[in-house]
Amino acid sequence: MLSIKGINKTYHTEDGDEILALTDIDLTMEDKEFVCFIGPSGCGKTTLLRIIAGLETPDSGTIFLNNEPIKKPGPDRGMVFQEYSLFPWRTVQKNITFSLELKKVPKAQREDISRRYLQLVGLSKFANSYPHELSGGMKQRVAIARALVNDPKVLLMDEPFGAVDAQTRNRLQQELLKIWEQERKTVLFITHSVDEAVYLADRVVVFSSRPGRIKETIKIDLPRPRDRTSVDANMYRERLLSSLGAEIENTID
Amino acid sequence: MDLGHGPRKRILELASIASAVVIWEIIARIINIKYILPSFTSVVTAFIGLVQEGELYRDILASLNYFVLGMGLAIAVGIPIGTMMGWFKSIDRAVDPIIEMIRPIPPLAWIPFAILWFGLTKYAAGFVIFIGAVFPILINSYTGFKNTPRVLVESGKVLGCTRNRDIIFRIALPSALPSIATGIRVGMGVGWMCVVAAELFGVSRYGIGWKIWHWNDLHHMDMVLTYMLVLGLIALTIDRLFRYIVQEWWLKWQAGLVV
Repeated sequence: MLSIKGINKTYHTEDGDEILALTDIDLTMEDKEFVCFIGPSGCGKTTLLRIIAGLETPDSGTIFLNNEPIKKPGPDRGMVFQEYSLFPWRTVQKNITFSLELKKVPKAQREDISRRYLQLVGLSKFANSYPHELSGGMKQRVAIARALVNDPKVLLMDEPFGAVDAQTRNRLQQELLKIWEQERKTVLFITHSVDEAVYLADRVVVFSSRPGRIKETIKIDLPRPRDRTSVDANMYRERLLSSLGAEIENTID
Repeated sequence: MDLGHGPRKRILELASIASAVVIWEIIARIINIKYILPSFTSVVTAFIGLVQEGELYRDILASLNYFVLGMGLAIAVGIPIGTMMGWFKSIDRAVDPIIEMIRPIPPLAWIPFAILWFGLTKYAAGFVIFIGAVFPILINSYTGFKNTPRVLVESGKVLGCTRNRDIIFRIALPSALPSIATGIRVGMGVGWMCVVAAELFGVSRYGIGWKIWHWNDLHHMDMVLTYMLVLGLIALTIDRLFRYIVQEWWLKWQAGLVV
């Protein structure tokens, strides 16, 4: 279980201004739950994800993973970034085995594990390719495999499909759900797309901006596999859009 | 670099070189004073003579010896200092002013101290080449490390690469390699230019640079021109060889042209 308790975070700009990124964030995620964060730009959802990853520290509050407080990055949390983040000097396979090398896992075992995850993301043929030879969607699939190889409890994903085209995006969403069903991780997924949130999430957390706080939490009670165009899905989309719409108008004002 | 047009482009290149040689030969024959402009044929004759006597071989070896000494030291000093400055802000602040004071001094201005400190030895020549080559290597290493993409460092951290040493060697260094390679390539160019001057003060009876002055004193301009061309050819060979090694082996992971 991942529980976020009383998180506050303020940024200081170079001009000496203070920007309240997050105020009083409380949230609990069950094991194996798929949760989407959605909200206007600058609402602090990425900051929260980075705090959970251990890349940033909150001003106050604590995050517990199975009752252990999180202080720095650790193998129990994997992360997939919005930007392409593969190491360009390593082949696909060596990208996947990076964390295993650090843990001094023997070579034969590393290769076994990487084969398994390459198969999981459907890229077995590209084991020896370099990242520059891959398409955007393929790069993100490798990044997912690389994050899973540590067998983390939580998978943190910061708009991982934001930079790929719509068709690839739909396919990647399907594949991610398949992986999630096989591997059964808690997934925390940031998105800007209402459609993506309704298709993927068990629960959608809507953020409001300035200061960033949780506006509401909406449970998506739809059976899987979900039909993107069903009446029910549309209902959830409308609900999310109206919740977000008010937010976006606030941001403009 | 566009190699897509194959034989046609090659023919154009060869034709260009051939016409330059023909024009050179014609002008030299019109002027007809060997001292002002030796002809192409006389340079070829001089070159063949030098190869047959084995003298050219010894000169090239001597020059390469100084060059390797200077370059080796420049790489051994430039990369670590550049790394430390690029990675640690406090070291950058402390060392940068000193570097910026020394860097603008032309390498040749160091010759008096090179002789004073090392005598008329190959180390003195190597030192002058070192001064010429070290700054491009240092500064490009610095830039390479400083520009390590943040997302790569953070990816490393979440994958368990949290010790400073691991981050430097497993992420920042490979990420900086293209920049370091550029630095070495530029450094080799400057270093090779310094070879002529470094040999000028007579650390040995051999060396391409030394021979240029030697034959100049004897008014053998065909020899001077021969050694000049050899100097250029070797620089070209070293550069091409380095580029080949970098592209085919060292930085094969990069798409397209590297340096």
